Amino acid sequence: MATTSAPTTAVPVSDVFTRQPESLWRQAIRAFFRQRSAVLGLTIIVLLVLVSIFAPLLAPYDPEQVLIGIENVQKRSVPCIHLFGCPADQPQHIMGTDGNNRDELSRIIYGARISLYVGFLTVGFAILIGVLLGAIAGYIGGWIDNVLMRILDVLLAFPALLLAIAIVSVLGPGLINAMLAIAIVSIPAYARVMRASVLSVKQEEYVQAARVVGASPIAILFQHVMPNALSPLIVQGTLGIGTAILETAALSFLGLGAQPPTPEWGSMLSAERNQLFSAPHLVFFPGLAIMINVLGFNLLGDGLRDALDPRLRR
Amino acid sequence: MLQYIGRRILTAIPVLIGVMLVTFAMARMIPGGPCVAMLGEKARPETCARFNAEKGFDRPIPVQLAVYIRDVATGDLGTSIRFQRAVTQIIIERLPLTMELGIVALIIATIIGVPAGIISAIRRNSAIDVGTMVGANVGVSMPVFWLGLMLAYIFAIQLKGTPFQLPPSGRLSAGVTSTPFFEVYGWSATKGTLLYSMYQFIANFYLLNSLITGQWSVFRDALTHLLLPSVALATIPMSIIARMTRASMLDVLGRDYVRTARAKGLTNVKVIMAHAFKNALLPIVTIIGLQLGSVFSGAVLTETIFGLAGVGRMLYEGITARDYPVIQGFTLVIAFGYVAVNLVVDLSYAFFDPRIRLE
Repeated sequence: MATTSAPTTAVPVSDVFTRQPESLWRQAIRAFFRQRSAVLGLTIIVLLVLVSIFAPLLAPYDPEQVLIGIENVQKRSVPCIHLFGCPADQPQHIMGTDGNNRDELSRIIYGARISLYVGFLTVGFAILIGVLLGAIAGYIGGWIDNVLMRILDVLLAFPALLLAIAIVSVLGPGLINAMLAIAIVSIPAYARVMRASVLSVKQEEYVQAARVVGASPIAILFQHVMPNALSPLIVQGTLGIGTAILETAALSFLGLGAQPPTPEWGSMLSAERNQLFSAPHLVFFPGLAIMINVLGFNLLGDGLRDALDPRLRR
Repeated sequence: MLQYIGRRILTAIPVLIGVMLVTFAMARMIPGGPCVAMLGEKARPETCARFNAEKGFDRPIPVQLAVYIRDVATGDLGTSIRFQRAVTQIIIERLPLTMELGIVALIIATIIGVPAGIISAIRRNSAIDVGTMVGANVGVSMPVFWLGLMLAYIFAIQLKGTPFQLPPSGRLSAGVTSTPFFEVYGWSATKGTLLYSMYQFIANFYLLNSLITGQWSVFRDALTHLLLPSVALATIPMSIIARMTRASMLDVLGRDYVRTARAKGLTNVKVIMAHAFKNALLPIVTIIGLQLGSVFSGAVLTETIFGLAGVGRMLYEGITARDYPVIQGFTLVIAFGYVAVNLVVDLSYAFFDPRIRLE
């Protein structure tokens, strides 16, 4: 704490007492940037966001363009980088070409868009529903709380990916349905966080006071409960984005998520997995991209948890 | 303690009933219905009517549900539409593989994860600590299917011809068969009886079966086949276990009783193992138990990659083929197993920490 390790040089007494204390958010931001791994996570995500925004400028080819007849390349050709001695008369493909003669690098670059879109949308939806359910359960309590929580317990009784597979099979394969399935599977986690926060502040005197002066439940929820629930939700959500990306990629890998020719990393990997022994680069790069992306969110989530929880700050 | 166990089992019952209802409903919500799935899109309506009448799909939903609950209660999980075989029989054949895979994976995850976490905590902020935590972060971020394929590429192709070569698919090499222990020992059981089913179930754990009958070449072969898939499956649990162990140890190492133990002049090893680790164990045990769920999820992917006919793969195939009895039966078994594991974790918690059962 800054106040306990006061500098030895003389500080005017009046200054110590009148100075505004640093806000909790400012402290959290400072604590966040002190962690190298968190900064690394943030950097990865910022880079990925930039890559997805500027994908048309960065990608050397259209991700869905088949290069037969346009260039003299074989399908599944190994990476060709001019800088590293690839003959100049051959077209440059930094990550090689895939089984349909498309530039792998361009597909990986565009894949970042889909990956981030999947992560944010899925978790956004799950948080929305989860917060609503958790708030209702925690605030109203009684049998409604009991019923809601038992339903969520049933959802948690299934291994997440298996439940998601079952949901997709009901909805039909496709990226949107896969995202919906992953969102449904992750609702219980957010509902529980929200419910716990509601329960922890419900009996506080300032909430009782607000109720006495006639504040509506909605107002109490937004003014008193949400600020308390915000930091665990941010942490859970950030880590959840990583999980959502990983699980959606897994569904795509099983053929239940994004369908060809969408440049989605999981389905790109799946399409070439039988060529593992002849063209390993087509399995290696999409998987590496998924890993880096998920790693970014995991590092950021861990960093946020340490920064937002004053007890964990050191 | 008994009272606590009883109470905890009672709270699991509504969840299990819920699981049964969800499985039943989900299987019926899959579009197309079993007739179209089995006989194709062009199946004639009268053929489908006959098919549905034969399988009982034309009865009202509540009747189907009642029949389903009665059957489950008597241990009958129905007959696979696709294979025309009892679902319980398929489970007897496939569950041991998934359990063996999961157990080996959890053992690998624990014997690497726990010591890594302890060392990280003791040498906090050292190079070992940073390295372990970076490794753990990368480990949880890696797609299981990608790691599995990469391992297969390295150990089956790149290391071909070296002593480190490992097979990329299957349970046993061609020509190797595991003789069931009851045949080896000449124990007789009539086919179709419960005893025979139990014998078969146990014999399908190839590692266990070859171990108790001394078929060493089969044991070695089964183990080498299991190594790559279980390492792939172990990475995420291993990373989570290492992180949890580190956090739990750090928490305990700062406590007064650890300082007292040091002040008494105990050796470092004794302080860490007898005083710190023993108290840090609780959350570690919990997290290891909870990883079993992620192991089941990962099994679908690992079994797909390594060509293993386990529960995960079977369930996935059942869903795509709309084989209702298989979907219901397998989901039920997996969910029951999951709930049972959570129950055991909770009970172990109460066993290790008396404060919990007295609440």
